[in-house]
Amino acid sequence: MFNNLTYAHLPEEAELLRSPVKALIAETINGLSIEQRTHSWAGYDIAFSRALGQAGYLGLTLPVEYGGGGKGPFARFVVIEELLAVGAPVAAHWIGDRQSALQILKFGSEEQRRHYLPNIARGDYFFCIGMSEPGSGSDLASVRSRAERVEGGWKLNGQKIWTTMAHISDYMIALVRTSGTSEDKHSGLSQLIIDLKAPGVTVRPIPDLTGDEHFAEVFFEDVLLPETAIIGQEGDGWAQVTAELAFERSGPERIYSSIVLLDGWISHLCSAGHIDSERERLVGKLTAQLATLRAMSIAVTAQLAEGHSPVVEASLIKDLGTAFEQSIPTLIADDLGSRPDEPVSADLHRALIYCSRAAPTYSLRGGTREILRGIISRGLGVR
Amino acid sequence: MSLITELLDPFERMLDDISPPSVVRAIERGGDTDALWQAIEESGFLDALVNEENGGAGLSFSDIGTFAQLLGRKLAPVPIMQTMAARALLTNSDITVPEGPILLISPFKQEQGYYAAAIPLATKASHALVDCGDRLVLTELTQAQTTPNAIHASESADLRWSDAPPGPTLPRPADGLRSIAATLRAAEIAGACDRLLTMTVSYAGERVQFGKPIGKLQAVQQQLAVMAEQVAMACMAAEMGCASGFPAPLFAAATAKQVTSSAAAQVAAIAHAVHGAIGFSEELDLQLYTRRLYEWRIADGSESYWAAIIGRQRLADGNTVSIDFIRAQC
Repeated sequence: MFNNLTYAHLPEEAELLRSPVKALIAETINGLSIEQRTHSWAGYDIAFSRALGQAGYLGLTLPVEYGGGGKGPFARFVVIEELLAVGAPVAAHWIGDRQSALQILKFGSEEQRRHYLPNIARGDYFFCIGMSEPGSGSDLASVRSRAERVEGGWKLNGQKIWTTMAHISDYMIALVRTSGTSEDKHSGLSQLIIDLKAPGVTVRPIPDLTGDEHFAEVFFEDVLLPETAIIGQEGDGWAQVTAELAFERSGPERIYSSIVLLDGWISHLCSAGHIDSERERLVGKLTAQLATLRAMSIAVTAQLAEGHSPVVEASLIKDLGTAFEQSIPTLIADDLGSRPDEPVSADLHRALIYCSRAAPTYSLRGGTREILRGIISRGLGVR
Repeated sequence: MSLITELLDPFERMLDDISPPSVVRAIERGGDTDALWQAIEESGFLDALVNEENGGAGLSFSDIGTFAQLLGRKLAPVPIMQTMAARALLTNSDITVPEGPILLISPFKQEQGYYAAAIPLATKASHALVDCGDRLVLTELTQAQTTPNAIHASESADLRWSDAPPGPTLPRPADGLRSIAATLRAAEIAGACDRLLTMTVSYAGERVQFGKPIGKLQAVQQQLAVMAEQVAMACMAAEMGCASGFPAPLFAAATAKQVTSSAAAQVAAIAHAVHGAIGFSEELDLQLYTRRLYEWRIADGSESYWAAIIGRQRLADGNTVSIDFIRAQC
């Protein structure tokens, strides 16, 4: 029924980026443990993000006139695949590169494009997305943060929470109410760019259960924003956010979050492990799933390259992909735990535990499993 | 219009014409397949994979995969795809192609002879191309001891040769006949899964309970979404399998069959769960598909059979990162 997901190879010209970016990544990750790399796209290294920007690997799909690489989605696929394949610390620039820049390019004013895009592409501006609020999770349209028109711009009050990397970001693109009430649901919402250093903005990191601080709560108290803070038209926020989610949901980061653990375990099996048919089957099953999910992600990238917005397909891949990446620590924990007589390196053990603890978030961030399945049902025509 | 669409549409019309569910049921009740096979043989489609110099259509294996998916959606209780592959292999070795349906068999070598269990459609074929490990042999099935599995509405049987199967020999493809058979089977599974999704979504939109179509119930929607995911994954794996060329290489075949076999079980289960009692009846076409999925999932290696093969390949290259390993294979 989803006939537009067609198997495609990455174009040769996109593949040309692979070896140079691989070399740049190797310089940074060679000093990192498996456990550090298992943080995947939740791990950050500001200097590394800047180095990627300076080498031209951020903003790859942005037009050259805005400081971008002028390349297509396949080129970006190759670069982010290389980053994710080995668990490079990408969180600082991830959101800006993946979606904020595209939102500004697509819906922003010329002035916004000229200001923000070159800075995102250089790795100078880091972005976060302000969606969830204390009372608004999956029911995103119920956001209560509110920007009121005042002389010369907007006055913002409210709160965002669970905002990934807000504490190291320079700007937030927030979904807020600019008219009506939360009863109005999808209408009356707008996207605003908020300078997180503006007076009245308070960012407090929230410790997570792994001991990291990767998300934060952000308070807005009479924050004055210029007229130019709004992206697109007032009231179009919901439509803009929906378009954004196709970019957010279809990428290989929805498949590869546990891949460093998978490779660490495979390497362990080869060096220290007793290999039996049960282990062969487990390795084979995961490899087959990975190869197929990767092909699906490339197929969606092809859709994006053709200018489509494959919202349903992206949801489908995210649900499958996150189930896959969640299964990895579960299956590996059982495998290693079933062989107490087989020594495992402290690093691999730490990576396993980190990944097991982080895995529940895979199917929460970027839209929960239940929400995605609702979108798929709508695509099937039953909802 | 491309070659494939030029041929695919007539292929679909032909199947609708000669193998509607009523014909499938009649054959499953013991009716013969002679008329059905004759129509297929006369259509010329069986030489789709044979190259043009030898009088075939010269389609790629990817194109053939599209035919196989279509066949999975349509059903025809004769080994069409296997015969297509056998004819291409035979022609490449200048062996005269016999009339009649040809199975692709990878038997186990026993102390004396060869044995293959639970072969779908084994009672509806005249020949088999047999992978003897070091060579392929084209043999007439009259030379084999055929023991029907005696399963209701199934044409499967065990095949046994007390000695090496007699007949002309040809070189064995590097990754064996099972890789080819599994890749084609994977595509048929994907097609049947896709058809079941269409049927199930449609039923969920029609069947009213609690005053509304059951498709409006979130619990049902969540199941349909999972089904759609499995179908999409199966279709992609099947397409990847055939995209790697003919004869199918091991990794592509293994991935295709591993993923589709695994999806087959889940898709059939959800199709039945949503259809309720009527789905268990003979009358509804649903069972024509789900029964086949159970057979096809096992045939030519189940998901665990192929998982072990992929696992051995992957572990032989254990210090390469997974993405680089997969890129090298696909």
